Amino acid sequence: MNRRRKSIRTITNEEGINIEQTAAKAIKTDAGLKNNLRKKKWKTLAQQYQLILMSVPFVGILALFSYLPLWGWIMAFQKYSIGKGIFGSEFVGFDQFVKLFNDDWFYTVLRNTLAMSLMHLITSFAGAIGLALFLNEVRSRLFKRTIQTITYIPHFVSWVVIASIVTLVLSPDFGPLNELLIWLGIVDEPIFFLSKEKWFWVIHTMAGFWKELGWSTIIYLAVLAGVDPALYEAADVDGAGRFRKMIHISLPGLMPTASILLILNTGYLIATGYESQMLLGNNLVMEYSQVLDLYALNYSMQIGDYSYGVAISMFKSVVSIVLVLLVNSWAKRIGQSTVL
Amino acid sequence: MRSRTKVGDSIFNVFNNTLLLLLGIATLYPFLNLLAVSLNQSLDTMRGGIYLWPRDFTLDNYRLIFSNDRLFDSAALSVLRTLIGTGLSVICTIMVAYALSRREYMLRKSLNAIIVVSMYVNGGIIPIYLMIKNLGLTNTFAVYIIPGLIGAFNVMIMRSYFDQLPDGLVESAKLDGANEWQTLFRVVMPISLPVIATITLFISVGHWNSWTDNFLYNSKESLTLLQYQLMQILMQTTEQVSGGIGSGTDDAILNFTTPQSIRATMSMVVTLPILFVYPFLQKYFIKGMTLGAMKE
Repeated sequence: MNRRRKSIRTITNEEGINIEQTAAKAIKTDAGLKNNLRKKKWKTLAQQYQLILMSVPFVGILALFSYLPLWGWIMAFQKYSIGKGIFGSEFVGFDQFVKLFNDDWFYTVLRNTLAMSLMHLITSFAGAIGLALFLNEVRSRLFKRTIQTITYIPHFVSWVVIASIVTLVLSPDFGPLNELLIWLGIVDEPIFFLSKEKWFWVIHTMAGFWKELGWSTIIYLAVLAGVDPALYEAADVDGAGRFRKMIHISLPGLMPTASILLILNTGYLIATGYESQMLLGNNLVMEYSQVLDLYALNYSMQIGDYSYGVAISMFKSVVSIVLVLLVNSWAKRIGQSTVL
Repeated sequence: MRSRTKVGDSIFNVFNNTLLLLLGIATLYPFLNLLAVSLNQSLDTMRGGIYLWPRDFTLDNYRLIFSNDRLFDSAALSVLRTLIGTGLSVICTIMVAYALSRREYMLRKSLNAIIVVSMYVNGGIIPIYLMIKNLGLTNTFAVYIIPGLIGAFNVMIMRSYFDQLPDGLVESAKLDGANEWQTLFRVVMPISLPVIATITLFISVGHWNSWTDNFLYNSKESLTLLQYQLMQILMQTTEQVSGGIGSGTDDAILNFTTPQSIRATMSMVVTLPILFVYPFLQKYFIKGMTLGAMKE
């Protein structure tokens, strides 16, 4: 009885009111109508074969490449060798993770991953709000649009080109930044910035900031467009200038969206890729440029120790899932809409 | 009081516009500089001092790139990948989003859950690599297309757009006897061109800019993309300067020009196509982005 009710409830959810009435009848009469219901469900599903053809194969491909690799996590508990495969390799329990947590370089790489993510998160957050506020105050539509179009460019340009630009700008041979610093008399000799370990996080953050600054304002500008004009009019009556209106009306208007975006983005702190670090980094700055993905890649591809590479990957994925869940429940608790 | 506010406002205006102008210059300058370097004679560039205009104007750098068989083949492959990949991805995204926007579709909830969760859960770089290898997708053109065939983010933007179309639209098409395919392609798609343009832009830029799948999965020369060629030249030059392994010497093209010029020219070749497309779609993608984000 219990089980049947459950199955009926599922159908109700998916099918809407019509089936709900049928379902209610089915409970009342409680005869062999259960079979009828199931038949009806299959019939509806069969009628929707066109929708199924449109969606199932492609969602299937997405599921295949998103979820099947999870099966590979078994390797993290093995001493995996390509020749023997997952089924033939020897199980070693948590050995790989013991090795991982005793590996000094792992902590260096973890530090780099988190530091660069955090720096990017904070700068891009502040930059997006700042630029959105300033853009919102521009009276000339043409000027506003032009600045928007220009600042969107780097978002669409590949990281390879961005890295190429960064190399050019920071180049010790006539790079614009060095030329400027020498001209201003701040330094006597050109500095080879990309070879300075301590500079790497800063360079990486600046590059990411420059790339995504314009793009990240889109959502904030949309929110600003929706701020109640009556608030600005009231401030006018009180004699507030443009700057004060920006600080006391526009900025608070952005805050709900901003705080939820900030919270949700902290969920992705560890989940960042490796593209930018790989392109901007070099052998000289490895201690500050290498991130978890690159370490996993190096271990697996160069040393051939796949199990250790998988253990690093798995650590990253698990921490990132936990972070996202925590952050979502936090956002839910403070009463904001969530993504999950 | 009133005039003080006015003076303050115009000071603010000047400050604001100057700041934004500087930002615009800071964004545009590197690209103009690359353009100038790419149009300047390569040995002359070594002397420095190229800013916004080429000093010794020449098209040699571009001629060299397009006359180099390897680079030309890579460019052709990148174009092919972008066209095929974008075409397939856009059509599949539209179909999936349409099915998921239909309230009576029985699998709607479960499929939706599969897509949303895929944004948060992933096996990690090595497990994915090994799976793609086991599926026999390494050293194939297909690895550029299939794994990323549909993306959760794009499906969600598209679905939010379909969700806000008037309810009666699909129903009246149904009453007229249209099947799902006809409803999608003849009724829904023609009024969804803005969001389709947005998705097409995002997907095509993604394909055009991608090099990591080339780096991870395809080591075959004939499957090398333009971005990856540029990436290799970039890495070679930084490695040489940083005293690493100088493996770039066998690269024939560097005998005719300097790494700096070839990098600038290739950067322009991969950037210019994008610059010619996205400004025209700005109105649409802003709408698409905010629609998707607001719904979330």
